[in-house]
Amino acid sequence: MSEKVMQKRKWQTTIALVIIIAITYLSAAITNFNFIDGLAAFPTAIGWMFSHLLITQESLEKLPAILGKLNETIFMSIAATTTAAVVSIFLSLMGSKTTSVNGFLSMFARLIASVSRNIPVVAWALILLLSFGQNSITGYLALFVGTVGFLTRAFMESIDEASHSAVEALTATGATYFHIVNKAVLPQSLPQMISWILFMIETNIRSATLVGILTGTGIGYTFDMYYKSMNYNVVALITFSIVIAVIIIELISNYIRKVMM
Amino acid sequence: MALLQIAGLSKSYDNETKVLKDISFNVKAGEFVSIIGPSGAGKSTLLRCINRMVSISSGEVIFDNAQVTSMKKRALRQLRTNIGMVFQHYNLVPRLTVIENVLHGRFGYKSTLQGVLGRFTEAEKEQAFYLLRKLGIVEHAYKRCDQLSGGQQQRVGIARALIQDPKLVLCDEPIASLDPNSSKIIMDHLKSITSELGITCLVNLHQVEVAQQYSDRIIGLNHGEVVFDGLNYQLTEDKINRIYGTQVRELITV
Repeated sequence: MSEKVMQKRKWQTTIALVIIIAITYLSAAITNFNFIDGLAAFPTAIGWMFSHLLITQESLEKLPAILGKLNETIFMSIAATTTAAVVSIFLSLMGSKTTSVNGFLSMFARLIASVSRNIPVVAWALILLLSFGQNSITGYLALFVGTVGFLTRAFMESIDEASHSAVEALTATGATYFHIVNKAVLPQSLPQMISWILFMIETNIRSATLVGILTGTGIGYTFDMYYKSMNYNVVALITFSIVIAVIIIELISNYIRKVMM
Repeated sequence: MALLQIAGLSKSYDNETKVLKDISFNVKAGEFVSIIGPSGAGKSTLLRCINRMVSISSGEVIFDNAQVTSMKKRALRQLRTNIGMVFQHYNLVPRLTVIENVLHGRFGYKSTLQGVLGRFTEAEKEQAFYLLRKLGIVEHAYKRCDQLSGGQQQRVGIARALIQDPKLVLCDEPIASLDPNSSKIIMDHLKSITSELGITCLVNLHQVEVAQQYSDRIIGLNHGEVVFDGLNYQLTEDKINRIYGTQVRELITV
């Protein structure tokens, strides 16, 4: 019996693998994508990067201005993430199975989360651009909306996972809803939530660059400007400083996680 | 006068299969009653019908002269305040300290604001320490619960139930995830403290031997029906087989 099951499993794995290979080949054929050509283009691209993307003495003079813009971008991401987190806590409490107040509010919270999550941040930026114009509010709102969607979803899972049993116990003692949320649900799921917030700050700094290109703000706009004027040395400097900034933020948040857990 | 009267209690989760069928029994104040039966017999559901953690499909549950079946919000909160509950998996908030978890048992008496701000009176704190001392875990009072062993966590759970100053304590498989040694400690504590404080105790158990040793009275449940209700010495081998089914029983004892 179990041998047969094992045999079946093996077959299933093989078939799945064959299907994946077939799909890959088919998609490549449909889009006229050639693996060999793709690989062959690599050395040329890298060669171009090394010859053009060089940080020169001249470009370093732009550093203060770049750092200013980078700061603006980082702080916008942090502001968008933290304010979104506050909204998400309420939405996730309404939406989570463990703490939902009633079916309607739960549906409502899930709907908001779903809509704002499933529309990409770039699309949000473009949509908001029409009504708010080219300024940092637009960028902030685009990040905010996307973050609310993602964090609500993540928080709901953290709540369900972390505190189901304690909620049952506190309900049985006659505690009120706010007792339970404040003294069981939040203390238990807070580390997880903070971890998600840190993750979202990192993600948003990266997205902010892209959103900035579209909305004409922050480091993204500076990047776009120099890129279009073909000043690749400054582009290299900007890219480099973004990478450094993201790494620093990541190190800080890893440290916070370690201390908190 | 019985503290708890259950008459014709039925429960079904999906309108098709009945988890509990026409259950009737009374529990007198101060009694220590065990409910035994195989897994899936409906023991947990029965306990949760008493404090309305699950709704009652039909029948009557009367606790302390109050009709439980139809209770609304405020009355329900009042009821739950008077009934302590101990769980198989302790159901503590693991990241909080022992003393915080014990004081959670007082929320039934607090307004929302008092509870959220964590305002506990000196008397409540003293009572918490008194209970922890009695249960032998006072030295762990400021430790986080996830640093304690299973047996110690269950004692925190018992302290949380007792600080409610309950008339009745419901224990849902309190020793099912503990080793024999900790199980004995937990059962000893349950027995001695409830009899000392005059609290009625209703315990779900897997182990027949434990039930026979500790309880005044045993109720046997099988397929949602009461198949035995009597004093512990009346539970003969023959009756045990009726509760568990002969073959299964043999398997366990061998």
